[in-house]
Amino acid sequence: MKSLLLIIVPLAAAALALLWPQNRTRPVILPVAATLHALLSWWLLLDPPTVAAGAWLGFDPLARAVLPVVSVLFLVCAWYGVTYLKLRGERPNRVFVAALLAVLGLLSAGHQARHLGLLWIFTEAVTLAAVPLLHFNGTPRAFEATWKYLLVGGTGIALSLIGSLCLGYASLYGGGGGDLTFVALISQGAGLSRPWVLIAWVLLLVGYGTKMGLAPMHTWKPEAYGEAPGIVGAILAGGVTSVAFTAILRVRAVVGAAGEGPVADHTLLAIGLFSMLVAALFLLGTRDFKRMLAYSSVEHMGILSIGAALGGAGVAAALFHVWSNGLTKGALFLSAGNIRRAAGSASMDEVRGMSALTPRSAAIFVTGMFAVTACPPFGPFFSELKVVRAALEGGHGVATAMFLGCLLLAFFGLTRVVFAIVDGRPRSATKQGGKRFVETAGVILPPLVLLGMSLWLGLFTPRVLQEVWSAAVAQLYPKP
Amino acid sequence: MNSNLNLLIGLAMGLNLLALGSSRLPTLIRAMSAQGVILGAMPVLMDHEPDWRVALVALATIAGKGLVIPGLLRRAMRTVQIDRELEPLIGFVPSMLLGAGGAIAALALTHLLPLLPEHAGSLLVPGALATMLTGFILLIGRTKAISQVCGYLILENGIYLFGLLLIKAMPLMVEAGVLLDVTVGVFIIGIIVDRIQRAFDSLDTRKLTALRE
Repeated sequence: MKSLLLIIVPLAAAALALLWPQNRTRPVILPVAATLHALLSWWLLLDPPTVAAGAWLGFDPLARAVLPVVSVLFLVCAWYGVTYLKLRGERPNRVFVAALLAVLGLLSAGHQARHLGLLWIFTEAVTLAAVPLLHFNGTPRAFEATWKYLLVGGTGIALSLIGSLCLGYASLYGGGGGDLTFVALISQGAGLSRPWVLIAWVLLLVGYGTKMGLAPMHTWKPEAYGEAPGIVGAILAGGVTSVAFTAILRVRAVVGAAGEGPVADHTLLAIGLFSMLVAALFLLGTRDFKRMLAYSSVEHMGILSIGAALGGAGVAAALFHVWSNGLTKGALFLSAGNIRRAAGSASMDEVRGMSALTPRSAAIFVTGMFAVTACPPFGPFFSELKVVRAALEGGHGVATAMFLGCLLLAFFGLTRVVFAIVDGRPRSATKQGGKRFVETAGVILPPLVLLGMSLWLGLFTPRVLQEVWSAAVAQLYPKP
Repeated sequence: MNSNLNLLIGLAMGLNLLALGSSRLPTLIRAMSAQGVILGAMPVLMDHEPDWRVALVALATIAGKGLVIPGLLRRAMRTVQIDRELEPLIGFVPSMLLGAGGAIAALALTHLLPLLPEHAGSLLVPGALATMLTGFILLIGRTKAISQVCGYLILENGIYLFGLLLIKAMPLMVEAGVLLDVTVGVFIIGIIVDRIQRAFDSLDTRKLTALRE
């Protein structure tokens, strides 16, 4: 019941936001619903319910390993959102607030979906619900970004539906009775028709990979993250991508049960390394610090994919990385949003000296940048270390070398952009006419809290989380 | 029975070529919606005993693809006053040739796939593959937003055709979700098209190039 409330509470709050008459007070619904959601999800984390084997929806170990961090990230973003929407008081926020809450509810449903078709429906619904968020700014560039997001995302979602149908046919051909829950598909195992499973795997990997933002299907990401408000970027990068990742993990378990696990792992490794390489190269070229964050997100999706390719230890490391990357990226997106507002531009050609104009946001941005490029002692360092260890234990020497090389290139790319906007003397032209951006607690504390949590995750990874991640691995790789 | 079905699928495949070869948007919309209606009627013809769930799916598909979506698209076309695709990225004759070649390849490919005996003789799988390919060609090869939306809808038609393989085994919920998503998706795309028009005064997605490295 509590696991259903995780879905119902945000959706009900979204409906309330649609009906709420006042533009000024409406954003308060965000933190209220998010607090309830976070309390519920952490309660379920500490006291996991038993999920019936054939249930279509349930707070199973995999949902338990990912959903709480999405919930926390959303909670912090919700607090930031109240201040942000006050700053943007001139724009109507009815649809924006409702869409944010709907995304949270549908994400909770997607993470808990234990049925192939249901999983697809919720992922598709999240994609559609995120559309109003992207063109909140209402500029032509934001519309352009939304169009690309719809076209690329829509194609990806179509491919994953074809993949789901192929997996359904694999089950039907193997004599399955039409039960498309993942448990049933896994128990059918070698009875699934191999050619259909392979076709399904390719289509589902490309389809959900598009949602995740793996190269070469990442093209919507820089546009969307570059033009959407920082709070939306944080939720897309930390929350929406994670539901696509768990979808891939769930499908990977079915493919593994059908006896094609090695093929799946090879493709995951290849697409992961390719994503890291593409992201690293684009990071060396980009001049826009919000697009930079998008490419950094592509890189980290590559890391997740590599982790997923490395078997049990790798998947545990990847789940750890979902947490550390989500929180750190959140801090980066929110502080970048502050800098963007204060500077009036996101290009390093026009922005500099932000350490003088917005000292606190700039400090968080620089620290977050070091955290996300895996400097100790932040979370990403430890999760990436675990991925590397899993790769070396699996005998993937060349892949490890490429992995580390891409990390180094990405580090160069990120430092290049970040220091260009932070250092130097502020442009005199910057924001002379407009209202000066004041760094109130409402816009500084949320990214600071996220950064602090990333540090906490790195220094003192709680035992309960490690148990949760191993439980999820045990669900995906059942002992025979 | 099976031959009736194959006749309809053949008709749908012919409509693919019409969609690929026409430069006029009304023809493209008509081809897409006729295909949707034909596909919508198919599950009723497949089943010997009438089943209200199947009938409901068929009815919803026919209403959506035959009436609602073409209506929305025509309205979008009127507001932006565009009825032709003038400079496609992939020309009309090359796209027709690609589509025809794809249909032949789909027929050949189907022999390589393991199919249940009741599906082996039907055109369902090659029809679905050829229709999906048509959708992709339109998505990639056209520059006007309305043509791309039609391409997406033809892609969805192909997926629907493929889904017919599973209509008996798969729960209704999955299909209902598909229909709902298609409708909502187009609805939103329609709004976006409208907004793009206001922002750019043309429906040319090639002009959407402010964002690049």
